[in-house]
Amino acid sequence: MLKQLLQKKHSILPGFGLTLGFTLFYLGLIVLVPLSTIFLKTLGLSVQQIWAIATEPRLVASYKLSLGASLAAAALNAVFGLIVAWVLVRYQFPGKKIIDGLVDLPFALPTAVAGITLTTLFAPNGWIGQYFAAAGIKVAFSPLGVVIALTFISLPFVVRMVQPILQSLDQEVEEAAACLGANRWQTFVKIIFPELLPALLTGFALAFARALGEYGSVVFISGNMPMQTEITPLLIMIKLEQYDYTGASVVAAVMLVASFLLLFLINILQWWSSTRHA
Amino acid sequence: MAGHIALRQGTAAPQSRTTTESPVMRWLLIGIALTFLGLMLVIPLIAVFAKALESGFALYLKAISEPDALAAIRLTLLTVAFAVPLNAAFGLAAAWAIAKFDFRGKNFLITLIDLPFAVSPVIAGLVFVFLFGKPGIFWPWLSEHGIKIIFAPPGIILATIFVTFPFIARELIPLMQAQGTTEEEAALTLGASGWKTFWYVTLPNIKWALIYGVILASARAVGEFGAVSVVSGHIRGSTNTLPLHVEILYNEYQFVAAFAVASLMTLMAIFTLLIKNFVEWKVNQQAEKAAIHHGQTEDNHEY
Amino acid sequence: MSYFKRKLWAGKIQLVIALMLIAAVGLTGCSTKQEAADTKKPAEVTLLNVSYDPTRELYKEFNESFAKFWQAKTGQAVTVKQSHGGSGKQARSVLEGLEADVVTLALADDIYPLRDAGLISADWEKRLANNATPYTSTIVFLVRKGNPKNIKDWDDLIRPDVSVITPNPKTSGGARWNHLAAWGYGLRKFNNDENQTKDFLAKIYKNVPVLDTGARGSTTTFVERGIGDVLIAWENEALMATIELGKDKFDIVAPSISILAEPPVAVVDKVVEKKGTREVATAYLEYLYTEQGQEIAAKNFYRPRNETVAQKYANQFPKLNLFTIADLGGWNEAGKKHFADGGIFDQIYTPKK
Repeated sequence: MLKQLLQKKHSILPGFGLTLGFTLFYLGLIVLVPLSTIFLKTLGLSVQQIWAIATEPRLVASYKLSLGASLAAAALNAVFGLIVAWVLVRYQFPGKKIIDGLVDLPFALPTAVAGITLTTLFAPNGWIGQYFAAAGIKVAFSPLGVVIALTFISLPFVVRMVQPILQSLDQEVEEAAACLGANRWQTFVKIIFPELLPALLTGFALAFARALGEYGSVVFISGNMPMQTEITPLLIMIKLEQYDYTGASVVAAVMLVASFLLLFLINILQWWSSTRHA
Repeated sequence: MAGHIALRQGTAAPQSRTTTESPVMRWLLIGIALTFLGLMLVIPLIAVFAKALESGFALYLKAISEPDALAAIRLTLLTVAFAVPLNAAFGLAAAWAIAKFDFRGKNFLITLIDLPFAVSPVIAGLVFVFLFGKPGIFWPWLSEHGIKIIFAPPGIILATIFVTFPFIARELIPLMQAQGTTEEEAALTLGASGWKTFWYVTLPNIKWALIYGVILASARAVGEFGAVSVVSGHIRGSTNTLPLHVEILYNEYQFVAAFAVASLMTLMAIFTLLIKNFVEWKVNQQAEKAAIHHGQTEDNHEY
Repeated sequence: MSYFKRKLWAGKIQLVIALMLIAAVGLTGCSTKQEAADTKKPAEVTLLNVSYDPTRELYKEFNESFAKFWQAKTGQAVTVKQSHGGSGKQARSVLEGLEADVVTLALADDIYPLRDAGLISADWEKRLANNATPYTSTIVFLVRKGNPKNIKDWDDLIRPDVSVITPNPKTSGGARWNHLAAWGYGLRKFNNDENQTKDFLAKIYKNVPVLDTGARGSTTTFVERGIGDVLIAWENEALMATIELGKDKFDIVAPSISILAEPPVAVVDKVVEKKGTREVATAYLEYLYTEQGQEIAAKNFYRPRNETVAQKYANQFPKLNLFTIADLGGWNEAGKKHFADGGIFDQIYTPKK
């Protein structure tokens, strides 16, 4: 069945069999076989049992937090990431190179370090948290803290997706628009933004997908209150602590399916984006 | 070079009055961007170093040179030395198959390649426990032959490979798709073998994306915490990677030492980012020079 | 770019890849060689002690002392490797294949799954004195210096103006002792009325703003972040915090009644049989009961079982009324009732349907 699915069209380039074979082999070995164990563990359960586990009130509360905070983080990154990308591509200012390089930092910084550092900063007695505390806002150990941690770890995505598109944009079109009497805002909304939209959406979705699964940085800053600030990956951990491997697998399977659907959507978005540019 | 990489090259766009904003707007946007990055990136960065150096430089040096820290550094480097080349080989193969050929199910395959990126690190660790740990399928065979995978370096390497799986492929696929197959076809028609074509035509065209992918994957491999934490066993001096060592120090209330090791990792991250920027700057310079020397016709007399 | 340059580049990349592979092979080569060397010398032996978070300092000192003792006695050099983490997580690692010679965990409830899996023989509690619990501790309150909120006993924890820090009992062994200590107090207060006791606990948890995943996390939250008026903690953690983390910043308050926390130790039979380390592993745990071992435990703020050592360190530990886990039906019963899915802790946090 797979062979039929992967029917190739004629090409004179060699190495299709070799490279695709290796790709599938490696993919299977590292990703598919390991991930399939999650589903194997849930095999003994009936659909009703799976549904009962997957809809426990505490889990549902965690879905809400994980989804909500990830969406908020991705949205924050979409807005600010777009501005950052714009500024980095279009303007000159001192320290620009350094700032550009720093954008990748959340990728490289261990999530635990990020979690500890952000908690230190945003705790009521931290450098930043004290000002929020004075205003009566609790940042660390609240859903807001979760959003901040997730914004941090998913920060590079929108910037790095939008930046190259913005660079490759032909400014002549903008000039033409200006000649035709469009003001700057109109040009942005009508000409530039539609071009950036696919990349922006992809960046948004990538940030969202990354935030959804994040664990290391969030457990430090969230406070882990049942029904309030427990994220879904933490509940997998909690189920494991109770030696409930099946329960953990069910939750993991739910998350896996969600990730897969999300990624599929991203790839369709990217395909859309590339056909627009072709 | 046709289809040159659109890889964050910071060349300033020419600015004319019609295609840029008023100075007020410009500085407002720069201000917003810098405030956001300052709050989210720069202050945490400063905090790491401030905490690390809180008790002086001598203590800092001591923290990063004690045997357990060194063991953690060794293990982390070993992990990177395995995970990154393997993923690079995979990335090249996958990109070749996906970008240079048409077949059905391509989007599906790309999605599967991306999957580890969106899988929670907790799950990433767990699946290897389900495979090679005691509840796992291979456990009886492994324990009979005295092979340790989980709670030993192989498990840590596997989990790291899983987590950094898509990074290099992800950088290469779109670029190779954009470049198309004409150059390779030309080389082949002129009698070059498949390998030669790959080494002399494809690889030079994608080297920056490859290097960028390698840098990203290495950075991520060094910093991975969640997945590795599940399969490591946390044995001091033997199965702790740097991020786990940070956690251990933190849990021992050795906050200064924890941040010292963290700052070491941050320095590594900044260093790789610097290399990345330098590499980009160098290639820009080279491209400009080449353009001056050969005029715009360089592509034509290459083969 | 000229053809020549391209060729050069391809060459460089080839070289880099080759070097990486050599490095990878070289590094692993070294590590396997080292391991081989270890097994060849019977004059050396390595033990792995898988333990929980607050015992780091204790076993650091104890391992050195034991190594000296064992060398003098048998001439064999012993290295004890340590692994620390949340008690439940550590037990799970052993269950999943981490080859621990001995486990020294926070509560018996974390050893039962290992027994059930056949890793540890069923009579493990009988093999060493005091149900295989060589040192004990209890649950006390850590408050800010001068006790500004005037917290004296469990009753004060339900006051609306008091903010309480305790870890999540689902992920922390220490938190389970905290939970059960409060439960035991409640049962006495309400004449064994479980519903009233449950409400009492619910009121305490209502005052908890942060449930960290481990006891150490909670201490950090309380000490470093300055959150909360009272930390419910292991006595040994509280003593260490007052002495090492902030002199003159905290006071310890002993409640009128608390639980005797008995952290158990066990040899992992399946592992020592395979590795041939039963003798040294057993000696290691028995050394915990010797006067030297007890002294080290006491120095690290654990209550010693040994009477003479206990006398010597009597001033260090506040006197309070202690009940035991056996009074609550033992871990087998209490563990399920309180911390399993849908147990009392879950009932407290899940809104009633």
